[in-house]
Amino acid sequence: MRMHRRTVLALAVFTGLTAPSMALAADDTIKIGLLATFEGPFTVLGEDGERGAMTAVAEMNGTVAGKKIEIVKGSSDASPDSAVRAARKLVEQDGVKVLVGPLSGDEGIAVKDYAKTQPNVTFINGTSAAQDTTLRNPAENFFRFSTDGAQWMAGLGTYAFKDKGYKKVATVAEDYSFPYTQVFGFMAEFCKAGGHVPSKSWVPIGNKDFSSVIAAIPEGVDAIYVALGGADAVNFLTQYQQSGGTAPLIGGSITVDQTVLTSKGKLKDVLKGTPSAGPTADTNDAPAWKAFVEAYKKQPGAFPSPSLFAHGYYVDMKATLLGLDKVGGDVSDGGKKLREALSSLSFDTPTGKVSLDKNRNAIADIFLTEVTEGSDGNLLNKLVKVVPQVNQTLGIPEDEFMKLGAVNRDNPSCP
Amino acid sequence: MSLAISTPGATQQNWLEKLGAGHIILGTALVLYPLVASDFFLTQIGGYSLIFGMLGLSLMLLAGYGGMVSLAQITVAGISAYAIAILGNNNSNVLGFGWPWWLAVPFAVLAAALASALIGWISVRTEGIYTIMITLAIATATYYFAQQNYAIFNGHSGYAGIRAPAFWGISWRDAKPFYYLCLGLAVLSYAAVLYGSRSTFGMTLQAIRDNPRRMRALGYHVTAHKVFAWLLAGVIAGLAGVLLVWFNGRVSPGTIGVDAAIDVLIIAVIGGIRHPIGPFLGALVVVLMQTFAIDIVGAERFNTLIGMVFLVIVFVSPDGILGLWGRIKPHLAQEALRPGP
Repeated sequence: MRMHRRTVLALAVFTGLTAPSMALAADDTIKIGLLATFEGPFTVLGEDGERGAMTAVAEMNGTVAGKKIEIVKGSSDASPDSAVRAARKLVEQDGVKVLVGPLSGDEGIAVKDYAKTQPNVTFINGTSAAQDTTLRNPAENFFRFSTDGAQWMAGLGTYAFKDKGYKKVATVAEDYSFPYTQVFGFMAEFCKAGGHVPSKSWVPIGNKDFSSVIAAIPEGVDAIYVALGGADAVNFLTQYQQSGGTAPLIGGSITVDQTVLTSKGKLKDVLKGTPSAGPTADTNDAPAWKAFVEAYKKQPGAFPSPSLFAHGYYVDMKATLLGLDKVGGDVSDGGKKLREALSSLSFDTPTGKVSLDKNRNAIADIFLTEVTEGSDGNLLNKLVKVVPQVNQTLGIPEDEFMKLGAVNRDNPSCP
Repeated sequence: MSLAISTPGATQQNWLEKLGAGHIILGTALVLYPLVASDFFLTQIGGYSLIFGMLGLSLMLLAGYGGMVSLAQITVAGISAYAIAILGNNNSNVLGFGWPWWLAVPFAVLAAALASALIGWISVRTEGIYTIMITLAIATATYYFAQQNYAIFNGHSGYAGIRAPAFWGISWRDAKPFYYLCLGLAVLSYAAVLYGSRSTFGMTLQAIRDNPRRMRALGYHVTAHKVFAWLLAGVIAGLAGVLLVWFNGRVSPGTIGVDAAIDVLIIAVIGGIRHPIGPFLGALVVVLMQTFAIDIVGAERFNTLIGMVFLVIVFVSPDGILGLWGRIKPHLAQEALRPGP
């Protein structure tokens, strides 16, 4: 019988397309999915997140409970669609039972919704920090050991009003769930202290021209609260400075992050003295933090100081590994034991103790900071104050907090 | 009477012959594919490729037969996807009229077709690169509008919680039914385009592509023919949009962004636009690359690899995979003529 070469080719293609996930983890390795933004506007942030996660893996010498850790990476471009597609590939094709990620706000909400359809897979957040990922309608198998964007703002509103004396503040933030959460966290305190926010500007991610936004900032505001990330922050700050703006700034957690502070140019003078708050502070003197910075710097391409993405991915990956260690790396029961272990996990991170609440959201220390120039000329976030053990409801009783409503563009408001 | 009885056999023969061996083999393989494929390969590779193949097909119809290269096909699909979210159910607490699927789907496809006709009507006055520019402008404008409009498009986060319906006792969001749904609609669109290309309208359209002035002189209404082609392409893109929103379970401006618009163009170029099968081949290659490139070269450079593969395909064969096949086929045919071992 003669077999056509064409038939052979067709068969080869066909079997190639159908080959099921043969890469089942051998007994002595454990597969962990790592989902971050390796493409799109947040690539730099995603790569630093990966460095953080790999720092945690390196700390365990690449093994947990005697098993070798195998990291399978998935990439999204910060859009919820791509995050779910990448998560589905990791879970359904690569067969990971534990997944760490994603990085940004809307992605987190989408992955949480996907988590509900995969009850046997354990999802641990990366750095996505939208409030509703865990506060409203949470998924039983989604854990967040990094805190949310409103928690990151703890102490900043009060500090801006009382210590800095700002009474009227305008906000400029990106138009999606994470900045909504940040503005909410800032305003919850700032409005309560007696401050006013006469104007809120929401700009699309990747906006290049901020002139209309700058023109819309009311005259006579004492400061501008800016919650923009990466290139957006650099573009806005540069254009604001060029247009002759002089109002002092208040920074969102990722606005004065290392990813922005290391940018070149005249921004230095504008950024100096900007108060901000977040889960990390560059000049933290705690030995645990210093040890973490040293470990982080061993990763290729590391920043002078880890960004909060490196920190968030580190904390979440560390928690994952501690949880896996507790259950002996056994997830054959659909991860039930692992999730129990994670729920009750409380451990010391480079930034203090972390434990989970009933919605599986972290309670952790938050750092109030101010931008200063370091001895080597690099800008750094100087630690001003530590706000200990902030929970998701910012210390407000839960029923009262829920009454404040879901975060969105119009909530809260104090014009 | 006897004639009536004897003809089915004869027509059957003709029908099979007309279909061609390639189509029968390919069709059988696609129908049997779920027997061997995992759920992931069924939906994430199979279903997704078929959906993007349909989008590529709607572009192939315009570009291949009408000579109009459009970058707005994903926008048209997005309109029907958003229409499904708005007319049906979603869990974003914005709009969501709760219409049943059999009412929402025709409306969504109709809306997409009309939008496509409108885009066509605007852009038929241009030619070549200007058509690309104007459709790119429309796609970008729609993207930014959807991103910043909250009353209709619900801004950056868009709509989530959209589910494929369950009817005839089948839950169409399960892997196998959803694959067959995609396959059915893709085959339908494919057959329609293939048939349409040989119809009077298809021939006229191709003649207009080759020489619009002569066709106008012969008394054909050139603009009307072109706009009608846009309407037909809109129906196919609209159907793909419905499948896309059921596939993702959500729709947001990211779904209809410029990246996605360019993906559709890449699919058509990689696959080849001389035959309707091209876009489906292109979609398969693009989806496989986008899914698995990260496993081959790691997270840092996988987009470079994707770009290189596309570059190589276009470099080796300017008319895509179809052209590649066209070049290999004569060799294989000669091979077959040689005496076997």
